[in-house]
Amino acid sequence: MSILEVSNLKKNFGSTRVLEGISFSMDEGEVLTIIGSSGSGKTTLLRCLNFLETPDSGVIKVKDDVLFDGSEQIRASEEEIRKKRLHFGLVFQSFNLFPQYTALQNVTLAPLLHFGDDPGKKAEIEKHAEELLGQMGLFDRMDNYPHELSGGQQQRVAIARALALKPDILCFDEPTSALDPELTGEVLKVIRNLAEKKTTMIIVTHEMSFAHDVSDKVIFMASGLIEESGTPEEVIDSPKNERTQQFLANYRKER
Amino acid sequence: MFLTVTLALLEGFLATLRLFVLTLLFALPLGLVISFGSMSKIQAIRLPIRFIIWVVRGTPLMLQLLVIYYGPGIILHTNVWGSGNGGRFIAALVAFVINYSCYFSEIYRGGIQSIPVGQYEAGQVLGMTKHQIFFKIVLLQVIKRIVPPISNEIITLVKDTSLARVIAVYEIIWEGQAFIKSAGIIWPLFYTGAFYLIFSGLLTVIFGKIEERLSYFR
Ligand SMILES: Nc1ncnc2c1ncn2[C@@H]1O[C@H](COP(=O)(O)OP(=O)(O)OP(=O)(O)O)[C@@H](O)[C@H]1O
Ligand SMILES: [Mg+2]
Repeated sequence: MSILEVSNLKKNFGSTRVLEGISFSMDEGEVLTIIGSSGSGKTTLLRCLNFLETPDSGVIKVKDDVLFDGSEQIRASEEEIRKKRLHFGLVFQSFNLFPQYTALQNVTLAPLLHFGDDPGKKAEIEKHAEELLGQMGLFDRMDNYPHELSGGQQQRVAIARALALKPDILCFDEPTSALDPELTGEVLKVIRNLAEKKTTMIIVTHEMSFAHDVSDKVIFMASGLIEESGTPEEVIDSPKNERTQQFLANYRKER
Repeated sequence: MFLTVTLALLEGFLATLRLFVLTLLFALPLGLVISFGSMSKIQAIRLPIRFIIWVVRGTPLMLQLLVIYYGPGIILHTNVWGSGNGGRFIAALVAFVINYSCYFSEIYRGGIQSIPVGQYEAGQVLGMTKHQIFFKIVLLQVIKRIVPPISNEIITLVKDTSLARVIAVYEIIWEGQAFIKSAGIIWPLFYTGAFYLIFSGLLTVIFGKIEERLSYFR
């Protein structure tokens, strides 16, 4: 059974058509990578899944639960949207850590607000957060503030923060694009570890070799449409679509 | 003589202090309301408020004091401010509150708008409510950013209170100047300067402490 099913998702910004009918599905424990040139709508797709944008039409289903249906007249209330978006987590390109909180506090803030009312739960949340930061290799950095951490460390805190709410699907929007080249490795490594643990993830990235290694499925997007999808071998090694070929050729030239 | 002068100046300083404290008490929160108005999505709210801010910040406080004190009497033919010292004080207070709340509102607006959208979005994605996002994420960052400009403005207010004498509010300089006529001495005026220096010096130290307290994050 698929954990996520997106059908015919469309989104315009005024007269700019950004998503022109996106359909795909993924299974639990899978890693799906989205590649495509700048402006093809990758970020917009992730933002729609996380309810930061409201699609114009289409359907989003998680575990057969309809989270969004553009044909429904009634728009969900803010309260409902908040519940729905907890199925997803999002790691931003620019980390967006909260500067006034330590690494640990960044991770525990939301869970404590949601569930921290009874003291037993509170201790549990804190322990879980420490474990997550440990997994991210930040055991000795928990009490540091974001400005005391490197970009790679900040991004790993952001990943722990997203994981703390146990989302069904964790989304990454170019998680290493804002990092110095020598720091991308440490972030990619923790994402690889998550993949090994069968974390369901959607990753937008320009790191082709990483995408090749880590993904179960790759989607190539161009001008708001999925042009090609398949296994990494199919899409990255021997693309059939002309636009995919061109995109990858350009990509290899830049290297 | 020194004692007489000191007592007179203290009395004036009390009026100055009262004007200062009451202005802050009303203008700090009112400024927040005005700043929300000036950021409203509704044009019918935003535009008039932006216009008022523009007028208030674009004209001298001295002029505003005169207009607010004399205006109602001349236009409405009634003395809305009440008679005597009390009335003049209230008129001065109203003028100061209007003026300073407009300045504060612009500082608040700058502070709120300087918080990157990513902070709100990170909160949203974590399922936080608007209320939680404002109070748990945004507010402290805004405070950190506005403390320096607000403290500048507040120290300006210390000195601006002296303008109230234009409608005969007996603040400290008025009291000091009175000795020029009555006793032919100038030093009480310098003495008033000492009051201002000590008071603004004290405020500078307090705001410095607050900034320091907020320096643990960036
Ligand atoms: N809020 C917005 N208002 C108007 N246009 C927008 C908005 N957000 C995105 N767009 C437009 O939508 C298109 C797709 O943007 P999007 O950010 O989804 O692309 P992307 O595939 O993530 O690109 P990149 O690789 O550069 O991150 C672009 O043409 C962009 O200008
Ligand atoms: Mg993008």
